[in-house]
Amino acid sequence: MSFLSVRDLRVHFPTIDGVVKATDGLSFDLERGKTLGIVGESGSGKSVSTSAILGLHRRTNAIVSGEILLDGVDLLKVSDEDMRRRRGREVAMIFQDPLSAMHPYYRVGNQIAEAYRVHHDVSKKAARARAIEMLDRVGIPQPDRRVDDYPHQFSGGMRQRAMIAMALINNPSLLIADEPTTALDVTVQAQILDLLQDLQRDFDAAVMIITHDLGVVAEMAHDVLVMYGGRAVEYGATKEILTHPEMPYTWGLLSSIPEVDADPEAKLVPIPGNPPSLLNPPSGCHFHPRCTHRDKVPGDLCRTVSPELTPGTRGEGHLKRCHLANPDVVYEREVLPEIAPDLVEGR
Amino acid sequence: MFAYVVRRLFIGVILLIVMSLVTFLLFFLMPQDPARVACGKNCSIAQIKQTEKALGYDKPALTQWTDFLQGVVVGREYPEDKSLREKAPELISDCAAPCLGYSRVNQVTVSEEIKEAFPVSASLAVLAFIMWIVGGILFGVIAAVTKGTVVDRGIVAISLVFYAFPTFFIGLFLLKFIAIKWGWVDVPSYTTIAEGGVGGWLSNLFLPALTLALFFMAGYVRMTRAFVLESMTEDYIRTARAKGLKRGPVLFKHTMRAALTPLVTMAGLDFAGLLGGAIITESVFNFNGLGKLAVDANVSYDLPTLIGLVVLLGSFVIVANIIVDVLYAVIDPRVRVG
Ligand SMILES: Nc1ncnc2c1ncn2[C@@H]1O[C@H](COP(=O)(O)OP(=O)(O)OP(=O)(O)O)[C@@H](O)[C@H]1O
Ligand code: SF4
Ligand SMILES: [Mg+2]
Repeated sequence: MSFLSVRDLRVHFPTIDGVVKATDGLSFDLERGKTLGIVGESGSGKSVSTSAILGLHRRTNAIVSGEILLDGVDLLKVSDEDMRRRRGREVAMIFQDPLSAMHPYYRVGNQIAEAYRVHHDVSKKAARARAIEMLDRVGIPQPDRRVDDYPHQFSGGMRQRAMIAMALINNPSLLIADEPTTALDVTVQAQILDLLQDLQRDFDAAVMIITHDLGVVAEMAHDVLVMYGGRAVEYGATKEILTHPEMPYTWGLLSSIPEVDADPEAKLVPIPGNPPSLLNPPSGCHFHPRCTHRDKVPGDLCRTVSPELTPGTRGEGHLKRCHLANPDVVYEREVLPEIAPDLVEGR
Repeated sequence: MFAYVVRRLFIGVILLIVMSLVTFLLFFLMPQDPARVACGKNCSIAQIKQTEKALGYDKPALTQWTDFLQGVVVGREYPEDKSLREKAPELISDCAAPCLGYSRVNQVTVSEEIKEAFPVSASLAVLAFIMWIVGGILFGVIAAVTKGTVVDRGIVAISLVFYAFPTFFIGLFLLKFIAIKWGWVDVPSYTTIAEGGVGGWLSNLFLPALTLALFFMAGYVRMTRAFVLESMTEDYIRTARAKGLKRGPVLFKHTMRAALTPLVTMAGLDFAGLLGGAIITESVFNFNGLGKLAVDANVSYDLPTLIGLVVLLGSFVIVANIIVDVLYAVIDPRVRVG
């Protein structure tokens, strides 16, 4: 069995308007030393799903079901206290905006040392020394001085490095990075990603990286899972998915990768139309209101029957959720010429 | 920081000078003639003029104001009229700087009046402050962590009741039932520590302080609850939980630290306001504090007392503002450096 094995994960929020199905039947596997990329539009349930792995949802407003097997232990079955002891020690998380993710009133070093002291019975002094060591490891210059700074005295990139130091201080076996570079500018983004890759090699951790950016996935991830409306719509090895995508939503994501010289501030609106309601999802395929290929499926199937996640045309390792009978042909003929015309001409 | 405080104090002094001028002008714009009121119904014009002179209201308003300012700096002697002083040197009363004036209505200097009344108001304010801060934060936090349950709804409903009822109603209710009808405590009358010891001082203050505290507590419960709930949704609280911290440290160390900061400002200013007297509560319980002094001065057109109280209360608020800002810099490192 894999190191991390998630089966049929569901996170439902009961509200007065009905049940919000933010995650609705998610399954995937991840080994130590490997990286899984999770991509999808805003609101597709990426953060909700990964928060469930850390047990961050409150019982009072979320219903979490399914299995999250970490090294054979179902995290959804352990006691609250057991889960708390695993948080930050076995599973750690890095968040999108390092400024708001750090407490403004406490020194950076104290916040990092605190993460160590929760799980290790050591003196304040020893924890501080460990924090300095970690700050040094993530490339903060003069760590013995900067350890006493407040978060607002750090630059954005340094703050994210400090968050990484905080997350890795207990040698977690699973690291979840929720859009770790979205709030940073491009050059810093690249440095942080390099750092993450470096550290993963050293710590031999399993890494999940959440992103909007398929470029990040291409660089970092061994596997990729594309989410739409709380479900996986395509899942497989990164190379396979990026070169032979078989689901129209993934095609849309691919065509929205920004040009290298494009304005990095430009907000991506990948595909026309709105993300699906999680309260009353569209009938049939949740993507059908926005899909330009649904006419190719006979019998109005896209509108009436929800497609299962099934192996694609190229074998078991590649899963997709779509009724199209010959997505490989459609991709080659219609989509590829649109997104990479030079590539097609070159053939 | 030091330069900042000095600058703020300087601005505060200017503000006080303007406030005193405005009070003088407003007083003389009143439709009522204070001398006529003081003299009584059947006074002749001559008698009224006489009274006006005795009260010192015959001089132009601006002159009276500059006399007042001068008195604050170098002190004054009463009566002001030189001929009167020469005629009866034994009646001269000296008002040393900072002289806030002399109340002819009460026949004492304003400083003397304030010296009498301030301990009453200050005792009330301190005791009420302690009660409402402890109660407000305690119940506010309990309501926040039990959000949506019966406990939370109960706390919110009860605090709404106290918030909605006017202070005089709560005060009269407590007085009538707890002190008079059921006789659980004596009808309070202010007793100094010297007279009644700490016990006597406290027991007499209890009901009026509770009256004030209940009103403020209601607001603080709701604010604390809102601030704690808001701070619970912050990203850094999620970080704290993701580290594996226990509920206790997450709530008391991370959540409360952020939630209570805005309360410092409000608590400081509310306390300063109360130091200047609780008008309604002091009247209900017949406590001779600054609030009651102000009401009485209003009724009897006692300008010197009014001016003195305006300047005193104004300086409380100004000083409290400065203290709160300095405190803020101590609490929030982002303010400290920037
Ligand atoms: N406590 C909650 N109650 C109800 N709905 C919620 C709750 N928390 C999250 N949701 C909903 O779940 C959906 C998924 O949110 P999530 O944060 O996982 O999106 P995301 O994929 O991480 O998006 P982004 O890229 O913007 O971070 C959203 O539509 C959100 O409104
Ligand atoms: S199932 Fe139909 S609507 Fe859904 S993605 Fe495939 S073609 Fe489009
Ligand atoms: Mg998210």
